Amino acid sequence: MEDVISFVISKYNYWCYIVLLMIGLYAMIVKNNLVKKIIGMNIFQTAIILFYVSISVKKEGTLPTIIIDPVTGTHTARAADYINPLPHVLMLTAIVVSVATLGIALALAIKIYKEYDTLEEDEIFAQIRKK
Amino acid sequence: MNQHLPAIIVTVPLLSAFVITAAGWLNKKLCFPIAIAALGVSLYCSISLLISVASGKIIIYNLGGWAPPWGISYTVDPLNCLVLVAVASVAFINIIATKKNVEEEYPDKIGAFYTLYVLFATGLIGIVITGDAFNLYVLLEIAALTGYALLGMGSRRAPLASLNYIFLGTIGACFYLLGVGYLYIATGSLNMKDLSAILPAIYHSKTILFAFIICLTGLFIKMALFPMHAWLPNAYTYASSPATSLIAPLTTKVMVYAMLRITLDVFTPQYSFGTIGISHSIVWIAIIAIIMGSLMALAQRGLKKMLSYIIVAEVGYMVGGLWLGNRAGITGSILHIINDAAMTLCLFLAVGNIIYKTKTDSFDDLKGLLKKMPLTMGAFILGGLSIIGVPPTCGFFSKWYLISGGLAAGHYAFVAALLFSSLVNVVLFFRIIEIGFFEPFKEHVSGHHECITDQIAGNRIMIEEAPAGMVIPLVIVAGFLIFLGLMTGNIVTSIIQFAIPAGIS
Amino acid sequence: METIVSVKPFLAVLVSILAVPLIVASRNPNLRETWTFIAAGLKFLIIASMVPLLLSGSQIEYTIATVIPGVPIKLRVDPFGILFALVSSFLWIITSVYSIGYMRGLNEHSQTRYFSFFALSLSAAVGVAFSANLFTLFLFYEMLSFSTYPLVTHHQDMEARSSGRKYLLYIVGSSIGLVLPSMLLIYNLTGTLEFTSNGFMQGAGSPAVITILLMALIFGFAKAAVMPFHSWLPAAMVAPTPVSALLHAVAVVKVGVFCIFRIITGVFGANLLTSLNLDTLVCIIASFTMIAASLIALTQDNLKRRLAFSTIGQLSYIILGAALLTPKGLTGGMLHLATHAFGKITLFFCAGAIFVATGAKNISEMVGIGKRMPVTMAAFFIGSLSVIGLPPLGGFLSKWNLILGSLQAHRLSMLFVILLSSLLNAAYFLPIVYKAFFCTSEESLFENKIKEASYWCVIPLVITAIGSIAFFFYPEPFFSLANMAAENFLSARSVAAGASLLKP
Repeated sequence: MEDVISFVISKYNYWCYIVLLMIGLYAMIVKNNLVKKIIGMNIFQTAIILFYVSISVKKEGTLPTIIIDPVTGTHTARAADYINPLPHVLMLTAIVVSVATLGIALALAIKIYKEYDTLEEDEIFAQIRKK
Repeated sequence: MNQHLPAIIVTVPLLSAFVITAAGWLNKKLCFPIAIAALGVSLYCSISLLISVASGKIIIYNLGGWAPPWGISYTVDPLNCLVLVAVASVAFINIIATKKNVEEEYPDKIGAFYTLYVLFATGLIGIVITGDAFNLYVLLEIAALTGYALLGMGSRRAPLASLNYIFLGTIGACFYLLGVGYLYIATGSLNMKDLSAILPAIYHSKTILFAFIICLTGLFIKMALFPMHAWLPNAYTYASSPATSLIAPLTTKVMVYAMLRITLDVFTPQYSFGTIGISHSIVWIAIIAIIMGSLMALAQRGLKKMLSYIIVAEVGYMVGGLWLGNRAGITGSILHIINDAAMTLCLFLAVGNIIYKTKTDSFDDLKGLLKKMPLTMGAFILGGLSIIGVPPTCGFFSKWYLISGGLAAGHYAFVAALLFSSLVNVVLFFRIIEIGFFEPFKEHVSGHHECITDQIAGNRIMIEEAPAGMVIPLVIVAGFLIFLGLMTGNIVTSIIQFAIPAGIS
Repeated sequence: METIVSVKPFLAVLVSILAVPLIVASRNPNLRETWTFIAAGLKFLIIASMVPLLLSGSQIEYTIATVIPGVPIKLRVDPFGILFALVSSFLWIITSVYSIGYMRGLNEHSQTRYFSFFALSLSAAVGVAFSANLFTLFLFYEMLSFSTYPLVTHHQDMEARSSGRKYLLYIVGSSIGLVLPSMLLIYNLTGTLEFTSNGFMQGAGSPAVITILLMALIFGFAKAAVMPFHSWLPAAMVAPTPVSALLHAVAVVKVGVFCIFRIITGVFGANLLTSLNLDTLVCIIASFTMIAASLIALTQDNLKRRLAFSTIGQLSYIILGAALLTPKGLTGGMLHLATHAFGKITLFFCAGAIFVATGAKNISEMVGIGKRMPVTMAAFFIGSLSVIGLPPLGGFLSKWNLILGSLQAHRLSMLFVILLSSLLNAAYFLPIVYKAFFCTSEESLFENKIKEASYWCVIPLVITAIGSIAFFFYPEPFFSLANMAAENFLSARSVAAGASLLKP
């Protein structure tokens, strides 16, 4: 039992992102309102961003900047002390992507609202079926 | 100049997108020439790259001079140069063929349309040429985002269909991103060459297995492999024809290419097809995809939707061919990427012309069309014959290799599914030909006394072909189907055989 | 055997494809028909010019393109191929004349389409005749299937549509469902598809696999109308008569049996079939079709349908000839391909001429017609005698050789089948002729005044009828070609079997 608990706790960042992923997926599949679905999609994307950021973390790690050593006065790059910057950089791109996706999704939602006067999926389907 | 081709092929259309937007503010007439020039440059680059990598050479281009694994490298090898040419030429031909249609469909959004169009092409070309796993994700999203927007600019129902596509497309892309994340955790690298060098040492790891499966799942969603195809038919059906005829031939095919790249190049075929033991199940999924795609196509009463379901079945061809795991099957799969791009382009352009003239694509409104639009329908029939797989059209040859692969692997169900789908395609296309050819039924049948009424009835339907600017490119594409078929031998011996890893027999 | 590389066979295939744009582009019907004639004439001349080379024992080859490693699109002219090409290209010229009379006589619509697809079909038929491998054969076979569809459904009415459906279902369904997978399986088993004179399947698979492949190919080439894959042929008779005449007496159905002939001789080979006793199986299938089709023909009242069932029966003679696997049998089969073509096309021409002149389609409406259309009915009589196989007509030669072949093969049962079927042929043809000429004036449905169809219709049927007679007296070069082909096909027959077989 203790093993399981320690396993769960030691990988808590993974559990967090999986839970977020599932919340996002749930909203995308189950919710009736299109905006809620879009929010779910955003949560889904954010979960993955979180995952990436969390894997770069290092205990006692610091920013990957060159520091002037107060003792010797030299510039030193101590790679062992830095957290991994690459996932952050990658996620910068991913954030841009998710913002763009959100933008298009909302734009389409506006178009849909203009067309059907509603954002509830079942009402839209009802209107489509009527025609 | 020549050594920079791999960069030019992506950057020129990318930068031209900004120019087109700006030009759209000044004068709408400028957009089209700029777009066509940019795509022309890409096409030229892709063809010269194809010539230089034929017979097995590989070109590696480091963007900004940063060597991998730090920088992003673009790779052109026999596997992707063909797809590159296919993407560039489909985008190029389609933009010419749909010029008139675009002008009528989006009178005040021409700038926006061509910007998206060029960006979409950039994204796909980038996916194909990149040698970096994360860069592939970014370009995947560039192509997808512009694709959502293009598809959303259609009829009444288009925005909703496109929104559904966004949801599923995002899930697919995120899964891929997640898989890349795990690969990064395990290897510390994102460069495909680098990955393939590091990975074999840690193939026993569960992380790698998870990364592989989740990457594939993401790509399967993106390529609309049954049962993850739900987004495709509506999105393609309700979009405007210029957007469909660009996106339908390319998106799924480029995703299949990405799958090929991951399974053959990033991972070794021994791992993908052997160690993890999923190939058999994936072939079965492909079989179900082929059968269900064909059956659902049979249930449709509109041209675009029918073609969309045919695409679902065709995706099954390519996925199944790859996962047979033998040389003939993979050859068929790669060949089918190109052939299917050409065939679907031909069919969707023809449907675009039909919709341009008749304003609908419902089967009931095709009556007498063979007489009204003989060239368009002729090209449509040729495309149909190619989908059915009648020699010497190109569709036959990829089917040949796929079936050979199925026989060599002893996977007779796959062979049966391919034949079944061919037979269903015969029904699908001849149903349309029948409507276009026979209906509306004449009052009198031949017989020598009714001859005069017969003549009049025959002449009543006048030829009303779409404008020459739309018909000529279509006819060229249709002719190209046969040309591609006759060139199969050359394509296979001088390019595709070098694209398949040596270990596969 | 000397092999010459020459572009001639490709030209022979190409010439009628090239005529299509010219036919479509010409605004004036006379100009259009001129193109047809030029193409038909050129085609015949090109093919005929190859005959002397063939007779001197050489072969002509031409590779069009290499599409799949080991399987090029390749043409090869051998005696059997040229025999078929010669017959079909010659009859195309005659049919073109007839078409003009028929189509103009009935003022048919869409004549341009008709002539274009006719030319395409001929290209495909000659392509099949000259195919050097199974793949090329399949390519042209499919081309023929699709280019004849618009001809079969020419009338564009309900009936044409349902017939067209049936046509496609049988022809395309069987070729994709049976021929294509068999071809691929053969390729996977042997790595080649090239026809050889003794077959290349020896030792390629277990007897069960060989049997299944043979059956799949025999039934898969449904154009041969082997029962139970025959019912498209009567349905396809809704087509205009020239189409029925050329395509359903010569090009299409003969392509079907040609394919089967090639399969039996060039793919499986005599040795393999006899060693597995499969020749007997094919004989049984063929003889069943011969008898059953003749019996059904007896019951048909529609003249074209009766002719169609007669065709189904006669086609199986040719298959039987191939399955006998003896020199005389093969010769007889190949000759029957030619003689039946002349005989049956005459009969179809007559049926069309009667329809053009009187509008009658059914045999019961033709009582006494001999007094109104004596020339046509005389030709009909000659044609039917040839199909029955009586001297002095071409049909006798082929049937005689078939009978000799069945004796050579020690298959007395087949001899009886041939004779019985010939009797049945007489039973369904001769009453028509009898009723046409010998009826009382009360019975006669026609006035006693000669009124034939136009010359365009009559002249061709006279020519083919004379052709049937001439074939008996001057069977060259067909007879030599058939003999040479038969010798080629049986050249590797095992010596033990050959010793008794090759005795005359």
